[in-house]
Amino acid sequence: MSAVMVKAENVHKSFGHVEVLKGIDLEVKNGEVFCLLGPSGSGKSTFLRCINHLEQVSAGRLSVDGALIGYREVGDKLHEMKPKEIAAQRRDIGMVFQRFNLFPHLTALENVMQAPVKIRGVGKAEAREQALRLLDRVGLAERVDNYPGQLSGGQQQRVAIARALAMKPKLMLFDEPTSALDPELVGEVLDVMKDLAREGMTMIVVTHEIGFAREVADTVVFMDGGVVVEAGSPAEVIDAPQHDRTKSFLSKVL
Amino acid sequence: MATTTPAARTSTAPAPIKAVPIRHYGQWASAAVVLLLAGGLLYSVAANDNIQWSVVGDYMFRPEIFHGIGITLALTVLSMVLGVIGGVLLAVMRLSGNPVLRAVSGGYLWIFRGTPVLVQIVIWFNLALVFPRLGVGSFSVDTNHVISPFGAALLALALNEAAYMAEIVRGGILSVDQGQTEAAHALGYSGAKTMRLIVLPQAMRVIVPPTGNEVVTMLKTTALVYAIGAADLFTEAYNFGSKNFTLFEMYLVASFWYLVMTTVLSTLQSRLEKKYAKGSHAVTTRTGGITRLFFLRNAQGGVA
Repeated sequence: MSAVMVKAENVHKSFGHVEVLKGIDLEVKNGEVFCLLGPSGSGKSTFLRCINHLEQVSAGRLSVDGALIGYREVGDKLHEMKPKEIAAQRRDIGMVFQRFNLFPHLTALENVMQAPVKIRGVGKAEAREQALRLLDRVGLAERVDNYPGQLSGGQQQRVAIARALAMKPKLMLFDEPTSALDPELVGEVLDVMKDLAREGMTMIVVTHEIGFAREVADTVVFMDGGVVVEAGSPAEVIDAPQHDRTKSFLSKVL
Repeated sequence: MATTTPAARTSTAPAPIKAVPIRHYGQWASAAVVLLLAGGLLYSVAANDNIQWSVVGDYMFRPEIFHGIGITLALTVLSMVLGVIGGVLLAVMRLSGNPVLRAVSGGYLWIFRGTPVLVQIVIWFNLALVFPRLGVGSFSVDTNHVISPFGAALLALALNEAAYMAEIVRGGILSVDQGQTEAAHALGYSGAKTMRLIVLPQAMRVIVPPTGNEVVTMLKTTALVYAIGAADLFTEAYNFGSKNFTLFEMYLVASFWYLVMTTVLSTLQSRLEKKYAKGSHAVTTRTGGITRLFFLRNAQGGVA
């Protein structure tokens, strides 16, 4: 495993004529907690979705653990990867969505078990044991047989985190994981994420929770208009921002 | 003091309301009129000298009739099974990123939904007129050996049903939130596994109710195969009736059995719906089998 987990070099992304990312250069180190802040439409979620190829990069290079995402490099030419190869890359990258996206026809336990069994080929008994352990870890040992519709938003998001962890990812992506939650449920999800950070998981978190970023992040990046405005430690970016755009954004959300 | 103590409030719970309910006089009056009309109609049929009721009773359980019921059920079940399989394939093709598959599926739907089933049945039955032998290269068989009346009927009904099921399945697939596909992709599911393990199981809730209607419709549509003499319930009833000059009686016999079968199917359908509704909240107010039976047409139509 290389010391750098995610490396973005001049990453661009356009939807039709609209350029959402205008040259992103970032490096996420192994074991780092990396928080992306910025107003809506700044491109932070799009960047996150590029990392596991839910969106295809239009220009520039994006690699995870030394491997280019979505492309194979043959000589000086890039070849698009086959869907199978892309699926294989995604297996090692966990993702947590704003709207949880749990599978509603499966119980919490089945949500966590299914991918290891059907995708990794893990034995059912082993996957079940692991799923029970993970659900216990996110504080849901009592709710394993509930369907997502029977769980609160915070509980659903914790199941979603367990589901992503079940694939033993080397990198976790969080796309505004607490934005769809009632305020009193935000804490329980952030607590699980803090535990995860403490255990050394490499995490990229798109969030509006400035408090979380300040407490947990190693690096904070402020994005606006498809570019990185400023990056650094929480002390630098959150407590002593250099740019006016960062200052005005923080003054509104803090 | 402006505040009241909680204790004072709970001590005198109000008595339940006993109001005089609204009287629906109009309903009672219209019910009486309907009963009168229905009774009159029933009497005019029951006391009709042109209908030999003893014959209806005698022939109701004849082996020919049961044989016909067997063929009707076999046609219904087999053509629905093949139709559902074909429909899923066509729907997935229609939604695929591959333009060739999309075009093939679109062309199939255009042809099979654009021509009457009766015409399709007759065309398959008469295939030997244009293709006396079927086969590839040196291997070939006599068309009339393969396309029996039953074979032609099954082929026509199944291929036609696949086109209608394709639209139902496509609607079901599109009803599943895009986030489900994204979540599966993010976990490393392939396209096929996403469809099979995540999207289709959720689409079932939308697919099953109209498919139930399709089964009931199919059961009745099989009567069309009497045009090629495929020995189904209606064909048997018709043949028997025309031989014995009891046509109308045999129509009543056939109608009775069709009603029995559609009633059973409608009851099964509402059970199946409950099974596929697990994990969702919005299921409690679905109409039951009996209700659906009387509102078949407007319950889940609009798929044509």
